[in-house]
Amino acid sequence: MIKVEKLSKTYQVARRNSGFREAIKSLYSKEYEEIKALDCISFTILDGEMVGYIGPNGAGKSSTIKVLSGILTPDSGECTINGRIPWKERKAHVRDIGVVFGQRSQLWWDVPVIDSFELIRDIYSVPKEMYQRNLEELVELLSLNQIVKTPVRQLSLGQRMRCEIAAALLHSPKILFLDEPTIGLDAVSKLAVRDFILGLNQKHNTTVILTTHDMQDIEALTSRILLIGKGKILMDGSLDELKGKSVHQDASLDEIVAQLYKQFRI
Amino acid sequence: MKLYMKYVGIHIRSMMQYKISFLFTSIGQFLVSFNVFLGIVFMFKRFSNVESFTYSECLMCFSIVLLAFSFAECFFRGFDEFASMIGNGEFDRIMIRPRGLIFQVISSKLELTRIGRIVQAIVMFCYAVSKSQIHWNLYRIITVILMIAGGTVIFAGVFIIYASLCFFTLDGLEFMNVFTDGAREYGKYPINVYGKNVLRLCTYIIPFALFQYYPFLYLCGKSNQVSLGMLPMLGTLFIIPCSGLWRLGIRHYQSTGS
Repeated sequence: MIKVEKLSKTYQVARRNSGFREAIKSLYSKEYEEIKALDCISFTILDGEMVGYIGPNGAGKSSTIKVLSGILTPDSGECTINGRIPWKERKAHVRDIGVVFGQRSQLWWDVPVIDSFELIRDIYSVPKEMYQRNLEELVELLSLNQIVKTPVRQLSLGQRMRCEIAAALLHSPKILFLDEPTIGLDAVSKLAVRDFILGLNQKHNTTVILTTHDMQDIEALTSRILLIGKGKILMDGSLDELKGKSVHQDASLDEIVAQLYKQFRI
Repeated sequence: MKLYMKYVGIHIRSMMQYKISFLFTSIGQFLVSFNVFLGIVFMFKRFSNVESFTYSECLMCFSIVLLAFSFAECFFRGFDEFASMIGNGEFDRIMIRPRGLIFQVISSKLELTRIGRIVQAIVMFCYAVSKSQIHWNLYRIITVILMIAGGTVIFAGVFIIYASLCFFTLDGLEFMNVFTDGAREYGKYPINVYGKNVLRLCTYIIPFALFQYYPFLYLCGKSNQVSLGMLPMLGTLFIIPCSGLWRLGIRHYQSTGS
């Protein structure tokens, strides 16, 4: 279970105008602006839930994921995941979670995928039988058979993303964070990834938290939606609730969300 | 330790993807250090000694510093390139793994091309030993080993400080090179040749002198105090404030982008 209460995090961001003179000026006097990435956020996610986490760019989605996965320490607020505080008991906590950052690879670039998998096995000290079982299952479901022996740098984006997801699941985590997992994928790969995530949730009751801009991902996968903007949770409800907010009837999900963004001025 | 070997394995396999590059970089590293060695040789062609230290003594001193530095660089290189690790999000990846952070940073970047520099340092060390008129005994052998080991730890500490500062600012850290590459260069000569103030700085602030100057006095017979030879052990305590700073940095970590 994930329990988040009144979580806040501010960043200091250096600002300067364009131009050479401004660049020189910034060398000796920097203007800082405080940005509230997370502003008093609270929510609870139960085991086995699939939650879509949406919001415009810079709304605080990634910051939330980073706090939940123990990367960032928040300024204030509480957060317990399966009874642990992520940034305080980092090592124990991360054994329970899997994280996929769509824009970043966790595989070693120059060696075959299987080598990365084996190193990850050793990092998490996954027992041999469990690793074999997980590997076989993942290879089959994500059809990685031909791919695992290829160096990562020679894979296409879709192939790589499937490997990334497999890599995040080798240690059977209870919670999976997916940060834009379908970004840049073609239709076939997208569908494969979605099917797999659905199956994972049904079979292993894995909690999935998904951030994405692709509303089709949301529609296909999640039953509950958290909408965040300017660091605040603006809506927490089901997909139907979201659809109910549309002004005219046959608006697409993208249009509804765009309209909500406008409505909340985010 | 077993896991570390696994990391080494994957680095070697990555490296072998670019065999020629590896070979040339290693040779390059060898030649660069060789250059410095030539510098000393030519210096002493003109002057017979520096502050009462002879040619062979300086050579000995430099080879020890170079050895310590090369070891530190080979194994702790991850900290030296830490700014880019934060910049490209690699550190996020490290944070989500259930292992010690320092361990992971160390093992994620192994600079095996530094083999060239280590070979150079070993060659020089052997040459210096054969040239030197040191009266070897058990204590002196231990002293040499302690100097190299202590030096490695202290350089590692400097690398960790450098990395910790990256948590607070990502630019303007060039000055730290004074203490890394700079220390290697001016470590050619026993530190007291640079004057009292530098010696004091290198004793109390960043304890370079504890593994270089003081034990070296004992090593080359300028002093008979065995205790001087044990000072590198004291110097390794330097790692404690370094790791403290590191921990402070972790809490300040802001990560980057999405």
